[in-house]
Formats: sequence, C-alpha cells, structure tokens
Amino acid sequence: MILLVNTCAEKLHYFEFVRPVEDILRKNGFSFVTKHYSEISENDLSLADKVIICGTSLKDNQFLKDIKKFSWLRDFEKPVLGICAGMQLIGVLFGGKLKKKTEIGFFEEVFDRSFLGLSGKVQVYHLHNNFVDFSALDDFEVFSKGQIPQAVKHKKKSIFGVLFHPEVRQKSLISEFAGL
Amino acid sequence: MRVGILFSGGKDSTFAAFLAKKNDYDISCLISVVSENPFSFMFHTPSISQISKQAESIGVPLIIEKTAGEKELELAALEKCIRTAVEKYSIEGVVTGAVESVYQASRIQKICNRLSIECFNPLWQKDQLELLDDLLKNGFDVIITGIAAFPLDESWLGRKIDRQFIGEVRSLSEKFKINPAGEGGEFESFVLDCPLFKRKLNVKDSRVVSFGEFHKVLEVVIE
Repeated sequence: MILLVNTCAEKLHYFEFVRPVEDILRKNGFSFVTKHYSEISENDLSLADKVIICGTSLKDNQFLKDIKKFSWLRDFEKPVLGICAGMQLIGVLFGGKLKKKTEIGFFEEVFDRSFLGLSGKVQVYHLHNNFVDFSALDDFEVFSKGQIPQAVKHKKKSIFGVLFHPEVRQKSLISEFAGL
Repeated sequence: MRVGILFSGGKDSTFAAFLAKKNDYDISCLISVVSENPFSFMFHTPSISQISKQAESIGVPLIIEKTAGEKELELAALEKCIRTAVEKYSIEGVVTGAVESVYQASRIQKICNRLSIECFNPLWQKDQLELLDDLLKNGFDVIITGIAAFPLDESWLGRKIDRQFIGEVRSLSEKFKINPAGEGGEFESFVLDCPLFKRKLNVKDSRVVSFGEFHKVLEVVIE
C-alpha cells in the first residue's frame, strides 16, 4: 500500500495536486491511502510500503512552516518520491537551503542518466517559485543537467525527488516508482 | 476564501465553480473575457454574450473585459479583469476550468503569481469521460454551442450532454482521436442549469454562424 501525502493548505488544491496522482495509481492497479501531512500517524508509516509526497500551489508554503511534521522522513527506510513541494521538503530536511526560482509551464530538461524511466531530453511541466540546491548535498545525486536540480536520488536510500510535475506529462514516472 | 471564477459559461468553468462552492469557497464574482476572435487560444467564445444571464441566475456579479482576441493581448485583458476582481471584491484566488491545456493554465498561473493570489484548477488532468459523467451525476443541463473538428457537424449544435452524447463522443474519441470532453476545442458548451443556478435558463431563439464546414457556432438567446 502506498501512502499519498497531501501537502496542500487549501482543500480545493487537492483536486489539482493529489487527485491526478491518485488517478494514475488507480488506473495502474496500485492500492493507496491519501492523508494530509498534518494527520499522518506512526501507524500510517508502518503500514505503507512506499510514500509519495505530492506538490501544492505556487503561493502555498505552509508545508515548509510545518516542516517538523515531516521529521519522520529523515529516518524512513522505505521508498519515497517527493514531487515539487515534496522534493523541497526532502532537500530542507536533509540540510539543503531553499532558494528562489520561478518556473511555470513546459520546459525541456535533460536527464543524463535514466531516472525512473526518463532519459535524454524530456518536456516537463514546472510550477514552482522555490527549489533546493541538491548539488550542495553529499547524500544526493542529481540526474538532470541545467541550472537547478530537477531530479535527485539519495545515494543510499530509495528517496527520489522531482521538481517538475510528472502527473501532467510523465505519468509513467509515478507508476515506475510505485512498481519499485 | 473569497474567489473569482474565470467563467466562460461552458461546462468546465461552471463545474469548477460548482466544486469551489461545494468545498465552501465564497464565489465573489465571475470573471469573463469576451474574445472577438472565434479562434481564440485562451477563451471559449460561443454564446459568451449570454453569460450575464448565468451570472444573474447564480446571483454573483460579473466582470467582463472585451478583447480583439489577438494572442497575447487577450492575456492583458484577462490580467486587467482579475486585477479589478482583486480590487473590487477582495478575491484571494481565481478558479479555472482548465483540464489539459498547459498553454492556458500556465498563463493564468503566471498572472495569479504576479498578483500574489491563489490559482485553483480543480479539473486539472481529470479524465474527460469521467468529467462528462460527473456533469450528469450532479444535475448539469448543458448544450453544445460550437463545433470545430471533423466529424462533428451542424447536427451536434444544440444537443444536450446526456448518456447518448457521452456514448457517441467515446466512440469518436476511439475512432478519430478527438478529446471526448472537447478539451482540444473540438466543441464548446453552454450551461442552462446546474446546482449553482437559482433558476433554469431557457433558449428563446438561436442561429447558426458558420466559419467553415466543421467550424460552426450556435448563438443562443436566453429568455
């Protein structure tokens, strides 16, 4: 069972950032349970085989103010995929610094090695005002070229992060992660 | 939260408004850009002159801005409209009916980001047949007011979105790869009734305007 973490402060954003990920999991036959980060219990984490932390809106940074609610991530040993806000949370929790960079819409990114099924030039959908500079973090390797890290993985754990929104044009990345 | 609905009078923006209301958001106004370009990249154009009747039925004010419909100038008109809604009705967010169009969604996201307000897209990436099904489940009465793709012809104008309609667009999407909910501009719609409306709208008169064999618009006059 996959634990899907909703990071949205506004409930109407669930439909935009969480439901599309739920739809991908459902269509590919993966079982999941969705919880808002403020409601996650130790029992939820022990029952989960994997965790996906979904993104939220450009204006919503409440999840960063509540970062203590995600402290479980530091010692979590099961696979995790952080999408946009989820990637930023992973970066900050592992010692990275949040920086400003606004990217909205389609951008071409280059993956120099295979990353959850992506490689070479890929058109991805961006929706963020911030990023974390993972290249400064020794525990992580960056899989994308370009100005800022778009796809990262922890060197020893199955913790993945993507700054773009794969639920828009890279739906297979989510099922690839779910099938690990 | 007070929100403005980016409103075209069609099924997507009206269903997005319905979801906002259902989730306890305060619909402070409807925001519409009237494009004089029937090929507009940003805005749904058929029957837009009738949206004041829809706004009246919902019981919220309507902000309208006219545009000649030139690609990027349409965006300036939209930003002006949203800015007016922020100043006049203190909205803190905009709700759109964007489903698949990154072109449309990303431009609205940029405007909202500049104005420092939320942008809600509750239909984003939604399965299009599921969307049509949700309209019926929630009592939406919707007619087709524009067609712009082969093999849709004049006989589709004025049709209601019902089970038969959904069955037919499902077959056409398999055979001709058209988007079953018209997300690629294959058809346009107009909502006559839904749970947001205080009174059902009736079509008093209509006429077909042709832009080509497979591009026609039904201009409706509401009672």
